[in-house]
Amino acid sequence: MSESLSKEQAKKLVDKYAEDAIRPMKNHKGFLPWMGFLGLVMVVFGYAYYIQLTEGLGVTAMRDYVSWGLYISNFVFFVAVSLVGMLVSAVLGLAGQKWVKPITRVSEIIALGFVMVAGLVIITDMGRPDRFLNLFLHGRLQSPIVWDVTVITTYVAISTLLFILPLIPDLAFIKKKMKDMPVWQYQLYNILSLGWIGTPEQYKILHKSIRMLSIIIIPVAMAIHTVTSWLFASTLRIGWDTTVFGPYFVAGAFVAGTAAVIIVMYILRSNYKLQDYFTDHHFDMMGRLLVLVSLLYAYFNINEFLVPAYKMKTGEAVHLHTLFQGAYAGLFWVVQIIGMGLPIFFMIFKHWRKPNNLTFIAVIVLIGAFLKRIIIVVPTLLHPHLPIQNVPDEFHKYMPTWIEVAVTAGAFAMALMIITILLKIFPVIPMWELAEEKGITEEFEKYD
Amino acid sequence: MSDNNSNPKSRRDFLKIGSLIGIGAVAAGAAGYAGFAAQDGKEGHGGEAESALSDSEKKIKVLTEDGQLAEIKASELSPVQKDQYTSALQEQGREGIPGKHWVMVIDLARCRNVRACMASCQNAHHLREEQHHINVLRMQESEHTEPYFMPKPCFHCDNPPCTKVCPVDATFKRQDGIVLIDNERCIGCRFCIAACPYSARVFNWFEPKNHEEDEDLLYNVELNVPQKKGTISKCLFSADRLREGKLPYCVSACPNGVYYFGDLNEDAVTNGTSGETTRFSELIRKNAGYTLLPELGTKPNVYYLPPKNRMFPFEYNGKTTLEDEHHV
Repeated sequence: MSESLSKEQAKKLVDKYAEDAIRPMKNHKGFLPWMGFLGLVMVVFGYAYYIQLTEGLGVTAMRDYVSWGLYISNFVFFVAVSLVGMLVSAVLGLAGQKWVKPITRVSEIIALGFVMVAGLVIITDMGRPDRFLNLFLHGRLQSPIVWDVTVITTYVAISTLLFILPLIPDLAFIKKKMKDMPVWQYQLYNILSLGWIGTPEQYKILHKSIRMLSIIIIPVAMAIHTVTSWLFASTLRIGWDTTVFGPYFVAGAFVAGTAAVIIVMYILRSNYKLQDYFTDHHFDMMGRLLVLVSLLYAYFNINEFLVPAYKMKTGEAVHLHTLFQGAYAGLFWVVQIIGMGLPIFFMIFKHWRKPNNLTFIAVIVLIGAFLKRIIIVVPTLLHPHLPIQNVPDEFHKYMPTWIEVAVTAGAFAMALMIITILLKIFPVIPMWELAEEKGITEEFEKYD
Repeated sequence: MSDNNSNPKSRRDFLKIGSLIGIGAVAAGAAGYAGFAAQDGKEGHGGEAESALSDSEKKIKVLTEDGQLAEIKASELSPVQKDQYTSALQEQGREGIPGKHWVMVIDLARCRNVRACMASCQNAHHLREEQHHINVLRMQESEHTEPYFMPKPCFHCDNPPCTKVCPVDATFKRQDGIVLIDNERCIGCRFCIAACPYSARVFNWFEPKNHEEDEDLLYNVELNVPQKKGTISKCLFSADRLREGKLPYCVSACPNGVYYFGDLNEDAVTNGTSGETTRFSELIRKNAGYTLLPELGTKPNVYYLPPKNRMFPFEYNGKTTLEDEHHV
């Protein structure tokens, strides 16, 4: 417990919170160029997707054998990253890890941005996006796709709640504090703060609701990525036909998500002088978390690759040969060693958990995590049970076209845009929670 | 739909009428269905030919809106709304032919990679060159075993992995065992391609081969024509031919007697080349027939007779071995 602060100190502290929370929401010289850049990527995306819509999915490198490619990898990656919201705000929160407080909102924002875009990128993979509504008109419960649609929608809903409920006291606060905001912004805060006046009764309800949501979101988040893994594991394909896929995917998701949070923390910290919230200690702890989840992921990798490699069943042998020393060996070993093995090793040392170093590692881990999804999706499709014959050469391989790259870039731009906008509109520093921790809730609520 | 040019319009109208007559003929086929005719040209089944004659006094059979069969003078025919008839076709296509359990037997000892089956199939279903509902593969089990040719259609499994995963019921298994694809409903997610262990499905990555000519054809789910961009296509066991009491396109096209096709419930299969009908169970028993990858539990309805005592030696591209080939 912190020592009780004097009235003077408490006021100063709330002052500081307010200033630091509002700073990132104010104009920043980098904001417009950044949004302009994302907008430009989106325009290229729009053009590429238009070509795909008019000419057909044939403008991608996908063909009858490799019939899923970069788009499905994107989907898996976006869903994976979004799991971090659950990991940080629910698992660590419920486990009583107080240090995560300032990071929860960043995690929720990343989770929201990525899961929303996950729902959209899957549409880019559809041959008939115009029939999207068939999923609801003719949806069949037997299909893992319908399970995925269901759990992702649920996850978006719960994540949104878990994002906006903890915002209530802060929005009520900012509504009073931020004088020069446009009317729509005031209205937005006014609506979202739901008539918050900061009574102990309201606090009690708020805590209860957040706790409840934190508990509910754990199985739902587990479900979205487990079901996503079942898109593969429910088939009879060599390389996918394995029972380890659910936990393997969930563990991999934690790796990707933790890395993403570290990167965004770093950007916020260096752009908006938030060193007091995303401290060296936080990076150190996030580094430890990344080691933990990476080790967990490594464990599942060992199960996924070593066990079949020991047996060398006919089909598995072909698959593993492709990965270990065949066409995908380069990518495979880069991802496994540079994307997972070496980062674990380096992050064991405190020096590599300092903000700059850790962010560097996180970037590599995140790229590795993305490439890993391609390794999961593509090579399996290249060796079906029966030989690939009497088809053009292009059916025997897969290298994404510029259209697929542009659509992928567009998906990332979209996610980053959502994250940027959310960070612009909502305070990233959970003021009331920090105040509560310091025992100055009263001062926070009475502040004017 | 408005056309400035009168010529294409009349052509389209003609196509519509043709299709309508097609339904009539199809319905007549169903009504008068009585097992197989090994030879083509059974009476009352030449719907297209009749319309081509355009004999105004000729009466033809049509399917009325309430599903009744009626006769009408050819000269009194007029074009109609597509939608109503598409839904009638859809309904009968999803229902299947009651009492049947279709089964195919492929005699590997007789296949010499003529590919007449592939050609007639692609022709019937308006497929591109690289799209195979049936594909003749070059197989070799292991290093010291003999290579052989293996025609591979869809196996119309009794435990189909493809229909299970379809999120919108676009691909389905009907009561006579045939697995069809409804390309009016397919959303193009290609989950069924991923799920099929036999790589039996193809996708329309671009506009289909005849998309301009086929544009105004009524969609027949039993023929999967017209093909549609962004949707799946697959072997249909020639469900449209079965409804007319005929053998599938590939089966009839084979010059070497590779294919037998028939009804498991009747325990009878007919050879597409010789026209002879034999007992299915006896054929399988005598020749040690088997199904492909039985360990997957898909319960295929296509059986193979092993390539022993082969009529033709294996030869492909001048070679009698398969060493350079990609095979699992």
